Amino acid sequence: MEGEAMVTERSGADILIEALTDLGVEVVFGYPGGAVLPIYDAIFNQTRIRHILVRQEGGAVHAAEGYARATGKPGVVLVTSGPGATNAVTGIVDALMDSIPLVIITGQVPTGLIGTDAFQECDTIGITRHCTKHNYLVKDPAKLGDIVHEAFHIATSGRPGPVVIDLPKDVQVATAAYRKPGTANLPHKGYRPQVKADPSLIGAAVEMIASAKRPILYTGGGIINSGPAASQLLRELQRLTGAPVTSTLMGLGAYPASGDAWLGMLGMHGTYEANMAMHGCDLMICLGARYDDRVTGRLDAFSPDSTKIHIDIDRASHNKTVQVDLPIVGDVGRAMEDMIKMWKASQHHKPDLTAWWAQIEEWRARDSLYFPPSDTEIMPQEAVRRLHEATKARKPIITTEVGQHQMWAALYMGFEGPNKWLTSGGLGTMGYGLPAAIGAQLGNPNALVIDVAGEASIQMNIQELATATQYKLPVKVFILNNEYMGMVRQWQDLTYGGRHSHSYSDSLPDFVKLAEAYGWTGIRIEGPDELDAGIARMLETDGPVMVDCRVSKVANCFPMIPSGAAHTEMILHANEVSGEMDDEAKALV
Amino acid sequence: MHIRTEKAERHTLSVLVDNEAGILARIAGLFSARGYNIESLTVADVTEDEKISRITIVTSGPRGVIDQIISQLDRLIPVHKVTDLTELGAHVERELALVKVRGTGDHRIEALRLAEVYRARVLDATTSSFVFEVTGGSEKIDKFLELMREVGLIEVARTGVAAIARGRDAA
Repeated sequence: MEGEAMVTERSGADILIEALTDLGVEVVFGYPGGAVLPIYDAIFNQTRIRHILVRQEGGAVHAAEGYARATGKPGVVLVTSGPGATNAVTGIVDALMDSIPLVIITGQVPTGLIGTDAFQECDTIGITRHCTKHNYLVKDPAKLGDIVHEAFHIATSGRPGPVVIDLPKDVQVATAAYRKPGTANLPHKGYRPQVKADPSLIGAAVEMIASAKRPILYTGGGIINSGPAASQLLRELQRLTGAPVTSTLMGLGAYPASGDAWLGMLGMHGTYEANMAMHGCDLMICLGARYDDRVTGRLDAFSPDSTKIHIDIDRASHNKTVQVDLPIVGDVGRAMEDMIKMWKASQHHKPDLTAWWAQIEEWRARDSLYFPPSDTEIMPQEAVRRLHEATKARKPIITTEVGQHQMWAALYMGFEGPNKWLTSGGLGTMGYGLPAAIGAQLGNPNALVIDVAGEASIQMNIQELATATQYKLPVKVFILNNEYMGMVRQWQDLTYGGRHSHSYSDSLPDFVKLAEAYGWTGIRIEGPDELDAGIARMLETDGPVMVDCRVSKVANCFPMIPSGAAHTEMILHANEVSGEMDDEAKALV
Repeated sequence: MHIRTEKAERHTLSVLVDNEAGILARIAGLFSARGYNIESLTVADVTEDEKISRITIVTSGPRGVIDQIISQLDRLIPVHKVTDLTELGAHVERELALVKVRGTGDHRIEALRLAEVYRARVLDATTSSFVFEVTGGSEKIDKFLELMREVGLIEVARTGVAAIARGRDAA
C-alpha cells in the first residue's frame, strides 16, 4: 500500500486468536466441529490460550459461566455451527437471565451457503438474537478484530450478559489486517451504559435512609457483578445506617451470613424474618436486584407500606414489576460509594432503629430454618449444614444444580464473601452445577469447589465428569439423593393433591460405579452415622470425588411462600402443607 | 379462570438506530418476545451516509408497559435514542396509502368526488378503476377507506406512520 507501512494480513481464525489474546483471555471452553476447524487449527499452533474440551456444548457455556462468576472475568466459549450452536442456547439464556459476561463464538457455514439449508447450518443469529445482549454475524475478516473487542466491551460493561459472534467458515480462512482498536473505534457509538448515578438522586436516597424508621437493604446479584469492592461498600453502608440486610439468591455472599444485620435470603424459600421485614419496612433500598417474581410473591400484597429506592444499571429493571418511588440508574458499587460519601458529608448519625430490630428479633425467634431432626435417616438440611461446618474454613466455592438441594444450599451453607456462590437463578437450569464447578475450578486452581447437586439434575450434564478427569480438576460433587425431582414433587404435594406425576427418579445409576467409570472417586453415605466421615473422606481425597448422599425421601423445602401468596402467608414447616390449590394459583409460575 | 386485559394508551415512538443487518428483526422480535403491540412500524435511513435509520413505531399498552417498551428499546446496542412523541406532545404524524377502486357510472364519479374532498391524487386510471394516493393522519386514511368501500374498494397498500417533532429542534 502506498504511503502506508505494509500490514501483514492474516486469516480470520488468526485474527480471532490474536484479538482474544489482546483481551487477556486465558481459557476457552469449547467443542470442535466442521465449521470451526480453521479456528481449531489456529489454536493448535499457539500456546497463549488454553482450550478446555468439554463433552457437550451446553457444558461449555455453563463452565464459562462458572469461570466468569468465580473470577469476575468474562467466560469464552467456542462451538461449531448447527447443533453446536443450538446446544449452547440454554447456557446463553441462563447467562442472559443472571447477567453473566460471556462471549460465545459459533462457527457458521461459509457465507455463500448461508440460507441454503447446508449441512449443520442453523440461523444462529436469529435463534440467539433475543437471548443475547447482542450478537454479530461477521462477513468480513477486516471487521472481525473490532467486533471481537466490542463484544467483550458489551459483555462486561453495563449490565453484563452473553454476546454471540457467528463466524462463517470462509471468513475464518480469508485474510485481512488486524490492529488492536481503541474503545473510540468500536462500531456502536450509541452504546454508553450509565455507570455513575445522578448525584441529586443519591442525595435524595441518603436523606430517605437517614429518616427511615424501618429500613431494609434488599441486595442482589448486581453487587456481585459490580466487583468485590461493592461487597465491601455494602458492609460499610450497613455499618453507617444500621439497616438489616437481606439478599436474593444471586446476591448471596455480598453481605456475610455471619454478620449481625443478616436476615438470610428472601423470597419464595427465604427466611421468615427476611420476608416479614420486607413486608413491614417503611423504606426498601433495592441494590442491584430486580424484583423477580420469586422475590415478590403476590405483587398486590408486596411490601404495601414502604417507600422504595431502586438502584440498577439497567433502566429497564425499574418499574418492570414493582412501582418504585426513587429509581436510580447506575452501577450499584459506584452508587453505594457515593451514598457513603454523602452520608458522611451530611454528618448523619446512625439512626436509632431499636424498635425495628426488636420486631425483627421476634420474627427471628420463629426459627424458620428449623427442621425436624432424625436419627434414622439423613435430613438433607442436616447434610448441607454438616458440609458447611466441615468446609467453611476453606472458603469453598459452591455451585448447585436446580431444585430443593439448591434452596437448601442457599439457606444452610452460609456465604461470607462474593464470587463463592454459583447457581442458576433466573433460568433455573438443571445441569448447571457440574460444568459451572469445572469452570470455577479452572479459574481458581487451589480453591475447594463443590457442586451441591440432586440426583436428577446431575444427570443432565453428567458427561462433564470426563472433562474434570481430563484436566485433573479436583471438583467435588455432593449429591443429595432423595430419588425424586424433589421440587417438582414438592409442588405436586402442595398444589396437585400429592399426585406425583413423573417426578420419581426411576432407574438411577449406581453413582459410585458411575464415578469410578469416569476415573473419579465414588463415595456413598447411607445414614446419619456415616455423614461426617463421608464428608471428611470426600475432602481428604485428591482429585474429583462424587458423593451419593442418601437423604430423607420425603423432606420438602421450607420455609416457602406458596405460588400466588403474599410474604405474610409463609408456610414455615411441613405440617402446614395444604393439598390442592385453585386455578389462579396453578397458573402462576 | 379467565385472562384479564388492562386499559391501553396509543403512543408513537421515534427510534434512531444504527442502519445494520438484522436491526428490524431485533426491534420486531423485542415486541413479540415481550408481548408488546405494534400497530404500525416504518423504517428508512435518514442520514447522508446512510448509517442511521429512523424507526417510527405506533404501539399501545398500559402506561407502565409503554415505559417498559421505551426502556427495553433503549438498551438494545444499536439504538441511539428513543423519543416518545406522544409524551412530547407537539409532533406531526403522516401516513400514505395507495387505494385501488373499481367501478363504473355513479360509483366512479362518486369515488373521484370523494378523492377530491380528501385531496387524494389519481396515480393510475382505467375506464373502470382508479389508484388514489392519499396522505394524512391514520384516522383520515381510515375514514377515506371506509368511504371507498362503498364505491368499490379493491385493495390497499399503507406505509404506516412516519412522525416527527414540531419546532426547530430535533426531538
